[in-house]
Amino acid sequence: MKKGWFGDFGGQFVPELLIPPLRELERACETILPSPAFQRELAEVLRDFAGRPTPLSRCDALSRDLGFNLWLKREDLVHTGAHKMNNTIGQALLAKHMGKKNLIAETGAGQHGVATAAAAAKLGMGCSIYMGSVDVERQAPNVSRMKLLGARLIPVTSGTCTLKDAINEALRAWIVSQADTHYSFGTAAGPHPFPTLVRDLQAIIGKETKEQARRQIGRLPDAVLACVGGGSNAIGIFHPFAADPEAASVRLIGLEAGGTGEPGCYTSAPLNLGSPGVLHGQYSMLLQSADGQIEPSHSVSAGLDYPGVGPEHSWLQRSRRAEYHVVTDASALRAFETLSRKEGIIPALESSHALAFVLENPQAFTPDSHVVVNLSGRGDKDLDIASQHLTLLQGDATCAR
Amino acid sequence: MRPISLQQRIEQAGSQRRVALIPFITAGFPEPTSFPQILRDLDESGADIIEIGIPFSDPVADGPVVEEASRQALAAGVNLERTLKELASLAPGLRASLVLMGYYNPFLQYGLERLARDADAAGIQGLIVPDLPLDEDGPLRAALSPWGLDLIPLVGPNTGDERMRAYAAAASGYVYVVSVMGTTGVRTELPAEAADTVRRARNAFTLPVALGFGIHSPEQIRAMSPPPQAVVFGSALLQHLAAGKSAKDFMAPWIKQK
Repeated sequence: MKKGWFGDFGGQFVPELLIPPLRELERACETILPSPAFQRELAEVLRDFAGRPTPLSRCDALSRDLGFNLWLKREDLVHTGAHKMNNTIGQALLAKHMGKKNLIAETGAGQHGVATAAAAAKLGMGCSIYMGSVDVERQAPNVSRMKLLGARLIPVTSGTCTLKDAINEALRAWIVSQADTHYSFGTAAGPHPFPTLVRDLQAIIGKETKEQARRQIGRLPDAVLACVGGGSNAIGIFHPFAADPEAASVRLIGLEAGGTGEPGCYTSAPLNLGSPGVLHGQYSMLLQSADGQIEPSHSVSAGLDYPGVGPEHSWLQRSRRAEYHVVTDASALRAFETLSRKEGIIPALESSHALAFVLENPQAFTPDSHVVVNLSGRGDKDLDIASQHLTLLQGDATCAR
Repeated sequence: MRPISLQQRIEQAGSQRRVALIPFITAGFPEPTSFPQILRDLDESGADIIEIGIPFSDPVADGPVVEEASRQALAAGVNLERTLKELASLAPGLRASLVLMGYYNPFLQYGLERLARDADAAGIQGLIVPDLPLDEDGPLRAALSPWGLDLIPLVGPNTGDERMRAYAAAASGYVYVVSVMGTTGVRTELPAEAADTVRRARNAFTLPVALGFGIHSPEQIRAMSPPPQAVVFGSALLQHLAAGKSAKDFMAPWIKQK
């Protein structure tokens, strides 16, 4: 397969001025990343700073209701509250070994920004975060966390003022600052080598899941589910299964955000509702107009709100190794509430999409089978948004009754 | 009969001991109704080649001025199909050569073979695609070649000599040298590395060298040795036009310098 391509998808569609830093990163991925010394250092910081390994927890109450075993891979317990840290601490460490002094990153919901800022603080690196001005507004707590962690926050006011525009601006900034700066890309998408690098750093989720399943269940699970925005938590848990011939019977199911679900409304579901095209350096599935202009996306969960998706997911879909479905805002909110009530875990709205598919389609799973959902993040950050939708959280109304 | 090639066009300016002028304008700017007249003004004011920008929602190689022009054009309904149709009727009245500049996705969605056919019919002689580096340009190059359309490479201060030579092996038309490590946009001064990049590009390519990004005044290239054979100006021109001033006024200082 051509380097940087996953079947028909991938590539390096960037201005020539970005080719040298991407080549430099490619070389680092081939030499520094696999070296035993680097891997030892990474394992140590993942354990002592990020808090790995994360547990594989059985949902006892929900499993009783569903008639099969529901397990959660607890990425919500990773430092800063989501799987993002697996990637950011790895890229920061790699950048440091490459001699880079600073990190730049885009962020949508702010989780990748916070995880980058924390990694930069830990390793003593400078950090600038590009964030759409609309997101700065709606994700205020994460903005404060980034600032507290010492990052410089740059609001982006071009285009739709959201994640895709923050990526444009970070790419522009990297053209200027590439000599001493690493672009810590937040998801398994973008120009080669980012889809491979981010996937390899997130693959620890799937590796741990396989080991834990063998130990706790006695075999591999029957199905693995994850939400898909850019797709890093999903590829992180899918890849070790997809790459393993012994795991060929494990169903891999990715869930895209369907927004409100009303016909004609914006979604964040390029695999189900988009078509192939080029954005942010890659050829992959994309929400676009007939003219090839990028469509705005929408989801109640800011972390899934992106019109593109990583190229490896496009390939897993086309080659039929994984299946992808759409889950609406309302379903995700119901799952958010259900997991909180029944299992004592507040899931991120992103991860709630994956959970919702299981809760609302139990017939899709065999009785007594074992189903793993990647709980990619915790939901404390979503309380404001959830409270606008869930009557349960609308304080005054409830108290008045 | 085929028109004079892009390379010949720039070399012809050189034989008249002047630098060739390549204004860039976003299709449909400042208004779709006034765009044809601006194109004719640029042509009459001494443009050798005119680069027509196809608007894209996510222009990563561009600064705020071109991005805003792009946004306005999209809002006014400008797209590739309409632009090519319009140019097909305007081109026969123009003396300057025409080049399309645009990001890859709108071209890809239009269909690369259809693009080559329709661009040729619209009098276009070359394409510049800022997010399509050498390693990814095979399909577009294959579509353009039967029509004799040039795919103009972009190189910059961080493009090594070896990489320049790899581009040179496949390139035709001219080579676009990016003056700075940055995006398009007006800059008071060009960095010292611009002159060095021009010199390296002139060594690596047999094609003429056009310098762009940040260009607004003839002073900026006066001291360069060797000088670029052509200059491209975009943001400065768009700002000038947005302020309601004429294309002729903008071009005047460049005409005087010859």
